[in-house]
This record gives sequence, C-alpha cells and structure tokens, in this order.
Amino acid sequence: MSSRERILGRVRRALADVPKDDTPYERAVRRDYAREHGRRTAEQTVDLLAENLADYRAIVHRTGTDGLAGVVAGLLRERGASSVLVPPGLDEGWLAATGVTRVADRAESTPHELDRVSSVVTACAVAIAETGTLVLDGSPDQGRRRITLVPDHHICVVRVPDQVVSSVPQALERLDPARPLTWISGPSATSDIELDRVEGVHGPRTLEVVLVG
Amino acid sequence: MSGTFVGMPGFHPHGLPAFPEAAREAVRDTTLRGNLRHATHTIRAKRARAVAEVADWAELREAGKRIKDHTLRHLDHYLVRLEESVTAAGGTVHWAADAEEANRIVTRLVKETGESEVVKVKSMATQETGLNEALEAEGIRAYETDLAELIVQLGKDRPSHILVPAIHRNRGEIRDVFRTEMGAWGRPAPEGLTDTPAELAEAARLHLREKFLRAKVGVSGANFMIAETGTLVVVESEGNGRMCLTLPETLISVVGIEKTVPTWRDLEVFLQTLPRSSTAERMNPYTSTWTGTTDGDGPRVFHLVLLDNGRTDTLADEVGRQALRCIRCSACLNVCPVYERAGGHAYGSVYPGPIGAILSPQLRGTGSEIDASLPYASSLCGACYEVCPVAIDIPEVLVHLRERVVQGGPAVRGGNKVVLKPAKGHAAERAAMRAARWAFGRPGALRTGQRLASRTRRLHPRTLPGPGRAWTGSRDLPPVPAEPFRDWWQRTQGGDGGIGGIGGKGAVK
Repeated sequence: MSSRERILGRVRRALADVPKDDTPYERAVRRDYAREHGRRTAEQTVDLLAENLADYRAIVHRTGTDGLAGVVAGLLRERGASSVLVPPGLDEGWLAATGVTRVADRAESTPHELDRVSSVVTACAVAIAETGTLVLDGSPDQGRRRITLVPDHHICVVRVPDQVVSSVPQALERLDPARPLTWISGPSATSDIELDRVEGVHGPRTLEVVLVG
Repeated sequence: MSGTFVGMPGFHPHGLPAFPEAAREAVRDTTLRGNLRHATHTIRAKRARAVAEVADWAELREAGKRIKDHTLRHLDHYLVRLEESVTAAGGTVHWAADAEEANRIVTRLVKETGESEVVKVKSMATQETGLNEALEAEGIRAYETDLAELIVQLGKDRPSHILVPAIHRNRGEIRDVFRTEMGAWGRPAPEGLTDTPAELAEAARLHLREKFLRAKVGVSGANFMIAETGTLVVVESEGNGRMCLTLPETLISVVGIEKTVPTWRDLEVFLQTLPRSSTAERMNPYTSTWTGTTDGDGPRVFHLVLLDNGRTDTLADEVGRQALRCIRCSACLNVCPVYERAGGHAYGSVYPGPIGAILSPQLRGTGSEIDASLPYASSLCGACYEVCPVAIDIPEVLVHLRERVVQGGPAVRGGNKVVLKPAKGHAAERAAMRAARWAFGRPGALRTGQRLASRTRRLHPRTLPGPGRAWTGSRDLPPVPAEPFRDWWQRTQGGDGGIGGIGGKGAVK
C-alpha cells in the first residue's frame, strides 16, 4: 500500500463519526465578518494607506501624473543609485527624467548580478489601505519576484485611487491565485530579538512608495 | 511500527524528563526568566492593541474556527483536491506517513539535484521531523535562514518558541553566539559587533546573503495550502522566506496535512487573524503565495511533501482533533503563566506552551514520561483559549488528555486502534478514588470513619506520607471539623437549633 493510500485510509477511519450529509462548506462557514472596517471616501482610503505604509517605515511620496518622472528621478538621485532594474512592461515615462543605467529584468540574470543593482522601480497590482500593504503579481510592469527582493532599494508606484482597496477581503477578490504573489507591508523586518520589531533584514531595507494620481 | 518522532534528536520524547522536573531547572535560571518575561510581556500588550483595532475580531475568529473544522471533517476530500490542483499547476506531490519517510523523500529529492546544501525557511514541520539532522547524516548541509533559527542553529541550541525559537536568548547572548560561531558556518560576524538589534540583524543579513545567492535548493513549510487552487502561502517578516522561495531552482515544501483550507477566499480570514495574533502587526512584512511553478519566475521544480506523522491519530480523537486547527501563531505561549516561567525547553518538543501541551501528547502518544506529564503543564486558567484566533479550547483538551493518561482507554496510534493502559504514576490517586467509592456506598462505614477522623484530629499530620507527599508539597491538608456534618445536622435539625443555617431563615416564620 502506498503512503498516499495509507494516509487517506487513516483520515477516513478517523472521520467515521462525520455523517455523510454533514453541513456543506457554503453553509458551514458563516461569513458575518466585515468586508471593510469603517466607511471612507476614496480620498480617505488613500490617506489611510499612506498613514499605514509610513507606520511600518515605508517612505511615502505623493504626486500627480505629470510630476511622477521627476519624483522617481529625485529618489534615485538622493539614493545615489548607479543602476536601476526595470521590469519589461514598466511605463517608460516613469524613468524619463533620470539618466541612471537601466538593467533589464532578464531570465538569465543570476542572483549575484541582481545583487549588484542599486534600485528597482515597479508598479503594483493592488494596495490595501487598512494594513498598509502592496501586492505584486508579476505582471509585466512588476517583473519577476526576485527583482523586488535582491536590490536594497525598492520604489513602488501605486496609481491612486484606482489600485487602492480598503481591506484584505477586497484585495483577494482582485487577485489571481494562479499568479505568484508577493504581499509587502513595509521594508523587511524581524521580531526575533526579544520580540521587538527591527527594520532591515534580507529584503529591500528601503521601501519608497509613490502614490500617483 | 516506529513511534512518531516530534522534534530534533534533543527532543526525542523517550529519555526526556517529565515536565515538572524539566521546568524546575528553568525556573531557577533568573536570566532565562528575565528574558521570557520581557519578551512575552512586550508582545502581549501589542497583540491586544492589534486585535482591538478590528471590531469584528469575534466574527473572524469564529469563521477561522469553522473553516478549519469543516476542512478537518472532510480532510480526505480536500487532500485529494489539493493534490490535483498542485499537480495541474506543475508541482509534484509526495505523501509521508511519518517523520522518517518525509526525511527520506526530501533527502532523495535533494540528492537528485546533485547539490549538497539547501537553504531553509523556518518550518515547524521539518523541525518536527528532524530533517536537518537527517540531511546532515547524508552529507547535505541545511542552512536555517530565519534569524531566530539561525541563532539556534549557530548556538547548537534547541528552539523554545514557535514564532521566535531563540526567545530564551537576550541580545547580549545573541551577539556572543554570532561572534564565536558564524565563522565556522560562513562569513564571520563583523568586527566590533555590538548587541543592538539593528546591528545583529545586519550581521545576519551579511552572513546569509552569500548562501541565498548561490542556493540551488530551497526547503520550506507553509502556513496554508489551498485545495481549490493548489496555492501555498508563506507568511514571514525578514525576506529570508522570499529568498528561499524564489531564488533556488528547486523548491521542496514539507507541510502537515492539517494546513489545508478549501478556497482562496478563506485567506481573507487568516491573513487578518494570523499577523495580529502572531507578531501583533496589521500585516507581516512579506507574504508569498505560489501555485505550482511559473515560467521564468522562481523555481522550475516544485515538490510538495504532505506529512501525517501523528496528525491522523489526532484527527481520530473527537475532542482532541481541534488542536489541528492551530495556525501556529504562538499567541497562547505569550499569555501563558506556565510558559512564561518554565520556558519552551521544558515541554520537550518543538511545540512548546499550551498548544504544545495538547499537540505533542496527541502526535506522539502519551507513552513517554514527558508526554504523559504535558497535559498537566497548565493551571487551566484559560488565557490561551481567550487569545486563540481559531478558538481551540485548550483547557478542554488538556482535561480530556489528563483523563486519558490517568484512566487509559481507546485511542489511535499509527493509524491503529489501541487501548491505552492507565498510567502507573497515578496508582495512589486511583486507590484513593476506589476507597472513596467504597465508603460513599456504605453509609455506616462512612459514619464510623468520619467520627474516627474527627476524634483523632489533633493527631493528624500537616503533610501526607508516602505517595501523598507530592500533593501536600505545595498545599495544606484541609483541617477535619470537630464533628462530622451529618452528626451536626442530626443534632441541630439542620441549624434550627439556633446556629443559623439556611433552614432558620424561612420566610414563613
């Protein structure tokens, strides 16, 4: 007997007390929890996102569409970035005002090569106001998961208010589980020393979020 | 049939001392008590604030409980569904009945890649199976990459907390471990390393970076597996998880079968309750979800090893199975007065604290001294149940397991029905109960005994001799009244004689 059959057999014997007509999933789980916490206008939701991002040490910038290229160029300059990773589908206009060397997100790049790049600029799939979370889904304007992981400086552009939802349940509705997802809430951190939070371990230690709209 | 092995070699239950004995030493260690008190109190207050932020916490908790209960009640269905979805998405599913089989599968998979080292995301399941030691025996080195796991690994220590395995270490001790041990594993600690947490985190970043960048094989666990879509979820903080899940060419995830949930939508509950319960954050810094493999992004090969190792035995117990709802947040450890004083090592398992006290004796059985003593490692105060985000009634299961230890009875071990013998250590208690049953069934004998006890009360010792000594070690014997109750009742007609019992206050008078 294979272990698969053995385990499934054990499970079935263990559940001998469960009736055949047990309550189906749809009725077994009551979902009377909130779809979002509190009522806010679209503008207030964006404000809450900014507040919660900053609370977990992301650096938040706000600009109109026209100012975006200037803001991105300024952030790269302040950082002293010598190179910037660019996902294949990133809006070219976002980098129009900077002369920093562009590095394409290529499948052949080794992790060591990525480690030599200063910064990365991406879009996101959705942002969650209540938790201060950005979700990346690997779309062409966000690139492979590793490009937002290895460089130490991540600039993420969020189109507001369209890409912002209030809550986790609303975000999940918008996301496709078949895509590899990365949920980011502030820069990398740890609570492993005396259960106290310290920012900056393996992921980008500086996360800058540009809310554009 | 081999016994279920929950933990690293140091945690093999046979040969470990019973909880009270193990705890005695820990309680005397003032540094350890200070470290634990500081850490648990810090997180307690923060968790309370994070939970208070969401007005619908009770509803989320109830939904989480129901999702897990429903899944467990139909686990065969959801496991088959999960296997189909993972396979359809490009993954390969393996089934491991016990720890040894899981380790054998992973070792074979690593060997097939031709590599001799792996990077690991913190995973309770592989700690439970003792995977690192099994790989080491086959010449494969496993690098722990979670900061606390790294501290434990470098310090040749044992984990003492689910979320923060090095919680028993303070910053000064961590600095010392880094200074003396990092060099032997790779890049040494920076010169002049101080004990500020930011510097310690930086030292870990530098030390592990080279390992991440060259890693070809990653090993992980998972917080959730979604049957409907075949998606796995890892919730983390540092980014070491992302490194291990995306940079290697091969990813092997070892996950307990109880981590299954039916649908993608179920995450809307757990991604709200887990971070707030665990690190007291609105959301943890990084959550990764992946479904099989993705062309050009992340590992090209994905293996999922589904682990039983005592879980189906636990499932067979209608009261005890609720322990399988656990999402490993560790909130119950942080509020437990026993854990705060005894620390994690005394529990003799990778699962310490209240959840460990009900999980280990079910996964491993109550055959060893440590496992038979764990259901007693509690004052039954109920704080663990209060904070549990999936409402596991830990006190209920503790009492249920105590009954099993004392009285024995039917249980399932290794998939087979067995009848457990009553534990030996409780012979005196059972003898006393038998004597009480005999006496209460014979009013004459009871009366004679009670009168005798009253008349000799001045001669009674303050502590019990023989096997009763332990009981009176921390308690006073109740004093015997000068007159048995029934004699008093007969003499006074229940207080009408003027002493002022209930009968004396009748409204009709």
